[in-house]
Amino acid sequence: MKLRGIWAVFRKEFRENLRDRRTLLSALAFGPLFGPILVAGLVQFSISHSEEQAEENIALAVTHAERAPNLLAYLTARGIDIEKVDLDEAGTRKAVVTQSHKIILDIPVDFGDRLQEGQPAPVVLYSDSSRGFERRGVGRVRTLISQYGIEIAQLRFLARGIDPISVLPISVQEIDVSTPSSRSVIVLNVMTYIVLLSMLAGGLYLAIDATAGERERGSLEVLLTAPLPREHLIYGKIAACASYMLISLVLTVIMFSIAMSFVGLEQLGVTANLGPAAAATLIACCAPLILFGASYLSIISGFAKSYREAQTYLGLIITIPTMPLMFAGLLGLQAKAGLMFVPFLSQHLLMTTVVRAEPIEPSFVVISVVSTLVYGAILMYLAGRLYRREALLG
Amino acid sequence: MLEARGLYKSFGEVVAVRGVSFTARDGQITGLLGANGAGKSTTLRMLYTVLKPDQGDAFIDGRSVTEDPLAARRAIGVLSHGAGIYNHLTARENIAYFGELHGLGKADRADRAAELIEQLEMQPFADRLAKGFSQGQKLKTALARSLVHRPKNVLLDEPTNGLDVMAVRGLRKVLAQLRDAGHCVLFSSHVMQEVEQLCDEVVVIAGGAVVAAGTLDDIRAHGGDRLEDAFVALMDGGENKPEAGK
Repeated sequence: MKLRGIWAVFRKEFRENLRDRRTLLSALAFGPLFGPILVAGLVQFSISHSEEQAEENIALAVTHAERAPNLLAYLTARGIDIEKVDLDEAGTRKAVVTQSHKIILDIPVDFGDRLQEGQPAPVVLYSDSSRGFERRGVGRVRTLISQYGIEIAQLRFLARGIDPISVLPISVQEIDVSTPSSRSVIVLNVMTYIVLLSMLAGGLYLAIDATAGERERGSLEVLLTAPLPREHLIYGKIAACASYMLISLVLTVIMFSIAMSFVGLEQLGVTANLGPAAAATLIACCAPLILFGASYLSIISGFAKSYREAQTYLGLIITIPTMPLMFAGLLGLQAKAGLMFVPFLSQHLLMTTVVRAEPIEPSFVVISVVSTLVYGAILMYLAGRLYRREALLG
Repeated sequence: MLEARGLYKSFGEVVAVRGVSFTARDGQITGLLGANGAGKSTTLRMLYTVLKPDQGDAFIDGRSVTEDPLAARRAIGVLSHGAGIYNHLTARENIAYFGELHGLGKADRADRAAELIEQLEMQPFADRLAKGFSQGQKLKTALARSLVHRPKNVLLDEPTNGLDVMAVRGLRKVLAQLRDAGHCVLFSSHVMQEVEQLCDEVVVIAGGAVVAAGTLDDIRAHGGDRLEDAFVALMDGGENKPEAGK
């Protein structure tokens, strides 16, 4: 079988799309550049934010501060900045809602009396739990107040001649066995997701242009009169689409490797294995998916009647193959032989293993590569069948 | 030479072409004349092998379009309806791409593209991207593309649609050149004047069937001095024929 037709179509599609700013931006800029930079930026932001939060004093507004001088001195000594305010209850709520004060502690009028009488002495802590960034501050204030309470209790026991240790029958010792790398799971989930999505997006516009676009322009009909088997035409287009996906994949992984090296992951207690060797392995893990992705996109846009229609379909459909990744994230799936048969998921799991610097099971790699290539070949054959149909002309 | 023999084609319920037979000879321009939806495009599409006839067959220089479509395709040049070209390629690249698809070597297709650019007077825009081309420039590019492999037979579907007078005159000149060089030229049209000015033979199609065929004089014999009158007379005569959609 002569393949010159496939080669001719491949070269023409590759060259033509190189001149199309839209294709070029989606293949070479959006995914590969913005994805890694966005992730690196988010990680960096959360790192610097958590660092700041750990170091920063927490601002606490207190109404009726004069009623609990000892408690406030205790808090001040432990990194809480007390600001005395004069607000009634409604005013307090309003201040928290409008965030003029983020956390407000209200000392009731009988606080001192109840404490002296040995009765539970409530204090009221106002905060807005819908503001995620304040959670840590509230937690710290709450913990400090409880500690203050425990210290008072211990003093009371001592005064009554009881060893305070006996009222703490159980103490919990926490040992965290997660390695720095395995702690990076959330970051990694986002990263593999973006690598796979960016790879697909790299071939998206070419797939649309080469199928639905070609039909809409009216050049498809003449193309079909070339003395070549029709399926060779779509094979050439799939090959061009695959080449753009490969470029996008390589660039995305390299960009991740570079961008993450600027991020102080170690400060999160996380290390990610993203050196040149790991990057090459990541690319190799995903490469078999390219045939699958290119055929998949070509088939879907081959069904669309116009460029615009194809764009609408593909915007949705491009996310379908990445669905298993979301489940993997939610269910905390681990690499298993059975999961290696699921395209995209198997690549995600393999990539995660590599980045966590864990040993790779060779049989997993074989299953993932072979099954993905088989699915890709089936889809490519179906795309060829689609191009043999007369209805293709619309 | 193009030969249609009893071509039938239906799309679902709609019968588009019902038993079309005619012959287009070498060294002649044959016009396929008919109203919109008469079945001209469907007939041409079967001749240039993108549609398979339900019944009947067509022969390109004796090669069956149903049995050996690849061989048939090598012998035809096609200008399809709308003449779509690739916007991000230059005119020259558009031509050379089809040369490559037709199996021309690198030097051969470059020579051939240069030759056609000169023949069709495309020099001013030959190396510009096709993005901003006028209808006339697009048509010339599409025409050159269809001629790149030196086909003996040239099929054009409504080639003058959307062209201005100068472009139509240019096209006429090229088609006449092709005829004089011994090519078989078949084009479809619903414009009487065009057919009258260009064609040696006319095939009139209505309701998916041939209602008249022959030289211009043969057709005019059906009524009136002008082709238009004859055409109307033929349509009136064919009133009882079932309607056919596209």
